[in-house]
Amino acid sequence: MKNTAKKIYIALIFLFLYAPIATLMVLSFNASKTRAKWGGFTFKWYTRLIQNDDILKALGNTLLIALLSSVIATVIGTVACIAMNHMKKRTRTVMMGITNIPMLNADIVTGISLMLLFISFGFRFGFGTILLSHITFNIPYVILSVMPRMKQLNPSIYEAALDLGASPVSAFRRVVFPDLLPGILSGFLMAFTMSLDDFIITHFTKGAGVDTLSTKIYTEVRKGIKPEMYALSTIIFLAVLVLLLVNAAPNKQDARADKKQAARF
Amino acid sequence: MTSKNKWLSAPYTLWSVVFIIIPLCMIFYYGLTDKTGAFTLENIMAIATAEHAKALRLSILLSLISTLLCFLLAYPLAMILANMKVSQHSFIILIFILPMWMNFLLRTLAWQTLLEKNGVINNILTFLHLPNINIINTPYAIILGMVYNFLPFMVLPLYNALSKIDKNVINAARDLGADNVHTFFRIILPLSVPGIISGISMVFVPALTTFVISSLLGGSKILLIGNVIDQEFTQASNWHLGSGLSIVLMLFIILNMIASAVFDKDGEGSML
Repeated sequence: MKNTAKKIYIALIFLFLYAPIATLMVLSFNASKTRAKWGGFTFKWYTRLIQNDDILKALGNTLLIALLSSVIATVIGTVACIAMNHMKKRTRTVMMGITNIPMLNADIVTGISLMLLFISFGFRFGFGTILLSHITFNIPYVILSVMPRMKQLNPSIYEAALDLGASPVSAFRRVVFPDLLPGILSGFLMAFTMSLDDFIITHFTKGAGVDTLSTKIYTEVRKGIKPEMYALSTIIFLAVLVLLLVNAAPNKQDARADKKQAARF
Repeated sequence: MTSKNKWLSAPYTLWSVVFIIIPLCMIFYYGLTDKTGAFTLENIMAIATAEHAKALRLSILLSLISTLLCFLLAYPLAMILANMKVSQHSFIILIFILPMWMNFLLRTLAWQTLLEKNGVINNILTFLHLPNINIINTPYAIILGMVYNFLPFMVLPLYNALSKIDKNVINAARDLGADNVHTFFRIILPLSVPGIISGISMVFVPALTTFVISSLLGGSKILLIGNVIDQEFTQASNWHLGSGLSIVLMLFIILNMIASAVFDKDGEGSML
């Protein structure tokens, strides 16, 4: 009885979280152009999507910005974690405090603060300013996922590698890096997702003529969203879902291997 | 080691000064000066004008209600998830992050379709012979949009904090004769405070400052403080006034940061 209630509760929350997603998927097959009524099943928005250069260009920008900003943020963030690990406690606390600012601050404040920076220093608004802003809000996600891994690291292992004749670089690459990798990967994934889903900061730091999917959708709201958008987001969502399901299988094996290793120690 | 260390910390230190510290100083500079560059408190005092004060009051009210609703919905859920034996930690996080792969604006817009007068929900209600709901373009729809968008940010810190509680502590309480109610209020709830504080700040700040949810679900008549600031920047181009109002908003954010620093020293309630 109690278990049934729990299951129903979880199911209701998931219905709440995923109902809009299901709605968008259904709308992508709706022959009628308005959201309000169902005009029969069609694939035409999917074929029109391929011909819609505007949307494809916005998609290209979105993916390129997400990829570049998350890669750069991962590099800067990981290097920062290595540096912070050896810092004095007080310096480290200050650095982590600064790292938390973009996380805790409101997106609108981060957005306008960057906009004012770019205006004051004469940056040309466009792809570059969006990229710089995305790197800025992505770095904290990387640091916050790598730092816990860093703290778990046993410093003696790195020193042992040095004692055994490894150069600092190869000791890092072959001893420290593999231990950090799960944190680095999840930070990267988090950063990529946040960049992809961002609207507010992009809204304030983009220039005329450059659009990501988010800003394009926002300008389309008043005119009515093109159904091709629904088709595109359905494709993206399903692609990610498939990727995750495929990835879930090897992950289970990893978990088992981890346990075995833990048992050996 | 130390010299190499300085070299390693340089990129991020430089980055955070240029793109975090200086931009924040710019807000204060613009907020505290007028168009001629002279010092003034006018932009901050502008919050007291009837229109701005109304927007701020409404923002505070709606964000408090949504934060409370998120908490009430998320706490039982986080408890159920934390007690599940699967303990596929990353899988549970994934389920809540997955919706973010569908654009946040589209997901919020989908609620329009669901909530409309002849929308999906009302059709289902009519079919079940239940009274219809008409909340689209009202503050209720904005609250729903806030709860929908920010619920994951409440669930994840709560789930993290709750799953870290040592089961032996709970068993000990039971052995010592505490019933369920006592165990909850004297053991589980106090131990989950870091998660609660972090969840509240993760929901309250974006809800307080949103302008997207209100413009998508609230029609064009309901102005939140975020909408006012957005208009000052993107339409009126009055950066001084917009910055002044942002400084007022930042007071709330800073209060929030202090609360998380005091209650969650070790970052136990973190989202990741």
